[in-house]
Amino acid sequence: MKEHDDVLQKILEILAVTLPEGGPEIKADLDLIDDLGLDSMKVLEILESLEDSFDISIPMNVMPGVRTANDLARELQKIIKSE
Amino acid sequence: MAIFDKFQKLAVVREELERHHGRFLNIVMEDIRSATEAVIDGKPVILAGTNNYLGLTFNDACIQASCQAVKKEGTGTTGSRMANGTLSGHVALEQELSDFLDRKKTIVFSTGYVANLAILSTLVGPGEVILLDGDCHASIYDGCKLGGAEVIRFRHNNPADLEKRLQRLAERKTNILIVVEGIYSMMGDRAPLAEIVVLKKKYGVNLIVDEAHSLGVLGENGRGLAEEAKVEEDVDFVIGTFSKSLGAIGGFCSSNHPELDLVRYASRPYVFTASSASSAIASTRAALQVIRSQPELRTQLWDNARNLHRRLQDLGYKVGSEPSPIIAIRYDNIDEAYAIWNGLLERSIYVNMVLPPATPDGGVLLRCSLSAAHSPQQVEKIADAFASLSKNQD
Repeated sequence: MKEHDDVLQKILEILAVTLPEGGPEIKADLDLIDDLGLDSMKVLEILESLEDSFDISIPMNVMPGVRTANDLARELQKIIKSE
Repeated sequence: MAIFDKFQKLAVVREELERHHGRFLNIVMEDIRSATEAVIDGKPVILAGTNNYLGLTFNDACIQASCQAVKKEGTGTTGSRMANGTLSGHVALEQELSDFLDRKKTIVFSTGYVANLAILSTLVGPGEVILLDGDCHASIYDGCKLGGAEVIRFRHNNPADLEKRLQRLAERKTNILIVVEGIYSMMGDRAPLAEIVVLKKKYGVNLIVDEAHSLGVLGENGRGLAEEAKVEEDVDFVIGTFSKSLGAIGGFCSSNHPELDLVRYASRPYVFTASSASSAIASTRAALQVIRSQPELRTQLWDNARNLHRRLQDLGYKVGSEPSPIIAIRYDNIDEAYAIWNGLLERSIYVNMVLPPATPDGGVLLRCSLSAAHSPQQVEKIADAFASLSKNQD
């Protein structure tokens, strides 16, 4: 099973290639939308990349509780565990 | 924080739009002269963005039926379908839709939006799963949100991606509902329904097709994509709207499940809203008769769609590969799209401009929709207006 840090590392990697260069430094506790400037389309793009990376389906229901990369890593870990 | 502070970002975007693309925010149809003509900013324009696929908003029989109903039964029902809001017309329309679609049961709702809200929030709940195409309409997303089911998107029109997700759910032993659309509202493309039906049967799950943009448009009898793809028996639920090819307002769900009627008692969007006015029900009934008796309208619609699609393709506009009554041109940024949209309006042509997040991939769309009521000359005028602006195309 993937550890939280492994999942988080993958999220940060995907954020790094998705976000435009010259933006704020990517940190695990920054708000994905308010601090990192992601819009809803970019969030969906990132989720699809994560689904492919971990071979999981991410239910949309988990997203309202996700503000940061750390939150997302926690949710993904639960999904990975359940699948 | 004041109550409106959370809209600050939206206010900034709106101000920006007002400053640079103000006309887009302030379109008012000052006069509607026919199914294809209106007056905007004091000038007559050809309407090429109304979803009025068969042009029935000005059909004589529909108008007459609507006028008679309003005189006979008044302007509104002032009540829910569960109380005083079920009139004989609602019941008759449900039966006529069942006959038309060759299904056992139909429920009529107040709008197409409410139909999706009602069905998706009620048919499946906690512990069950909805698998929806990523490009589905907002009403489908909102219906999913209102219910308690787990909601999983699959990549648009991608049966392989859908199957991957079905495989992951195989151990779950729960009810799964796939949701797709007949024709997708933004890009005008169709669901690969035959392939999706293969998966539905292989995994023993349920399937809803929202035929909002394909009813009256596809199929030998106008029953939509399921009829065209010859898979009607494998579609469990058909959702539709009266506000497009039927030229009024309202929505429905039809099914061969005899238990569909139970939704009436379990669905809050059905119970807690007023029913459609008799005038809308009456014109919809008349429009359904027109769809059944005048297949030539579909032929005319498709001739118009193919003609405009060919002209735009020849001009170098980035349109989808297949002709469709919805023809969308994608731009990377709003300035490019607005220049064409405004140029078209200057040339007396109205099309829709659609901004993200309402567009599938974050681009800006100029979206044309054709009508059987467009004359060949009007289609030529629409194409000529695009031609006069085409020097900017790659």
